[in-house]
Amino acid sequence: MRLEPIADPSLARKLLPPVLAIVGSFLVASLLALIAGGNPFAVFGAIIKGAVGSKFALLETLNRATPLIFTGLAVAVAFRAKLWNIGAEAQLYAGAVVTAVLGTGMLQWPAALLLPTIAVLSMLAGALLLLGPALLKTRLGVDEVVTTLLLNFIFLLFVSYLLEGPLKDPMGMGWPKSPRLIPEARLPRIIDGLRLHWGFVLALIAAIALWVINTRTTLGFEMRAVGQNAEAARFAGMPVTGVILKTALLSGGLAALAGFSEVSGLKGSLTLDISPGYGYTGIVVAMLALLHPLGVVAAALFVAAVFVGADAMSRALDVPSYLADIMLASALLMMVLAILLTKFRVVRD
Amino acid sequence: MDIFEILTSAAFWAAAIRIASPLIFATMGELICERAGVLNLGIEGIMVAGAFAGWIAVWAGLPLWGGVAVAFVTGMAFGLLHGIFSVPFGLSQHVVGIGVTLLATSLTFYTYRVVLPEVSSPPKITAFQPVEIPLLSKIPLIGPALFNQTPLTYAAFILVGLVALVLYRTPLGLAVRAAGESPSAVAAQGLSVTAIRMGAVIVGSGFMAVGGAFLTLSAFDSFFFDMVNGRGWICIALVVFGAWKPGKALLGAILFAAFDALQIRLQQTTIGAVVPYQLFLMLPYILSILALVLMSRRAEVPAALMVPFNKGER
Repeated sequence: MRLEPIADPSLARKLLPPVLAIVGSFLVASLLALIAGGNPFAVFGAIIKGAVGSKFALLETLNRATPLIFTGLAVAVAFRAKLWNIGAEAQLYAGAVVTAVLGTGMLQWPAALLLPTIAVLSMLAGALLLLGPALLKTRLGVDEVVTTLLLNFIFLLFVSYLLEGPLKDPMGMGWPKSPRLIPEARLPRIIDGLRLHWGFVLALIAAIALWVINTRTTLGFEMRAVGQNAEAARFAGMPVTGVILKTALLSGGLAALAGFSEVSGLKGSLTLDISPGYGYTGIVVAMLALLHPLGVVAAALFVAAVFVGADAMSRALDVPSYLADIMLASALLMMVLAILLTKFRVVRD
Repeated sequence: MDIFEILTSAAFWAAAIRIASPLIFATMGELICERAGVLNLGIEGIMVAGAFAGWIAVWAGLPLWGGVAVAFVTGMAFGLLHGIFSVPFGLSQHVVGIGVTLLATSLTFYTYRVVLPEVSSPPKITAFQPVEIPLLSKIPLIGPALFNQTPLTYAAFILVGLVALVLYRTPLGLAVRAAGESPSAVAAQGLSVTAIRMGAVIVGSGFMAVGGAFLTLSAFDSFFFDMVNGRGWICIALVVFGAWKPGKALLGAILFAAFDALQIRLQQTTIGAVVPYQLFLMLPYILSILALVLMSRRAEVPAALMVPFNKGER
């Protein structure tokens, strides 16, 4: 048996992988729900109802999708250039820390000036955090997967130190949390009374901006060329190292916006649990989206719906909410397999 | 207690060997995979699954060695999954590895909640106890450090010898090393690169899971969600630090564990009173990155690491 490339896959064949991956992950989850003693139809009914069944549920899903769009974009832009950034979690917290430092009264500026300043400096912090591993990769050939993964642990301990030391809320009853952000540093709600903030709109803008960069700029073209074949890109005279470093800055900056949006828009203060692994889930989001920026929005909405729905389902039925994590991990694996099968067919010798 | 006093105490080195043991198992597992040409980033999740599988098996009534066997088989199952995706299909080893880690971790947590729905703290088992080796354990300093450990620690050291023996002294080991250096040469000999790599990933993943099981069956006596806590990623760094050689990787693991044992003790000294404890906890991860940077210039990485092999291509 061997794999033979398909010369010109049809559009249907190209769009098949996400469908296969999602159906496949539902099958895996059904089996596991049965093992746990739940009826799969009841389980999925509860997940869908919990995700989109009411105005509250729908807003919760949109809120949960917001950080996932940012981390999904961060991973998508990096993976497209074959820069394996698994450190979106740390970069998210870098943005969150900058937001908490600048937004709790250090800068007493009007919101129109303060919010953009915090957003830009958050991006800068996330970008610099990924620049280190990217430099180690381009200069010394150190695998960025391991360094970005290890940085996640290091940076979370740093945040823990900040929250028990310099950034600790004196009124926090001993809890490791930062003081509340001043009102000028809060991203306002889109519509008064509805729990959805401008971070969601910012995420959509970021997706469109990345789409424009990918399709309309030299950098976008270079990033794809480096990802497809770095040797050929170098031969064609592209500054490969520079492209990788620019990709890293862009990716780290996007991930940091997730932290800015969560602290400024949703939570209003920094704690150690603002992200339940959004950085890692961003990998699933990006892969489900075939690394396409607009696909990231759709994939993030789907993934957020699964998480929000599974939480509600778990409260109603006796099936653990970790079912959502299993669904997404199996969707990721089936996705990479399905992508392969759209490009190749299995031939018997 | 000053640093000199710590470094010359037998209790300190005994702790270092204990901390090194799970790393030794998992590092050997990763080393086997990488020598055959496959980077296995499933290691972190496989260690979590192994820690849980071994512990729950013993909790359900199996003897301790039965628990180790269950962990090994669990690891092999995830290795099979990783292998199918990364070897015959030749998919990105980075993405497949992360996928296996996410799947193994979430399956473990799900199973835990299904099996033990109502517990606030996990039940305890009777873990492996230290077995003193006569005479040898009486040697000053080295004796109590090396020869008064649990059977699973002895097994870790034996494993290093076995891996070195098989890799360098048997035709099988030659085939594994060749699959990671020059797979087309292996194919030219009429051997199956796919079979060799699959075997290496499956067996290697089994040892990673035993590394995880060391935590629940020997180091502690219970299972906690955050128990593995990045040890798998550290083992990947240890393989690089050990230049893909079993003996050097063993030394790396012990050196690393000694630093870890030292930081725990330093927290209780006058230094620990002024330096935030998070800095001590960061040290293992910082050391791992430093190890990667230090070793980066050495060209000992298997030539075909992360390069899929497709029979049709040349």
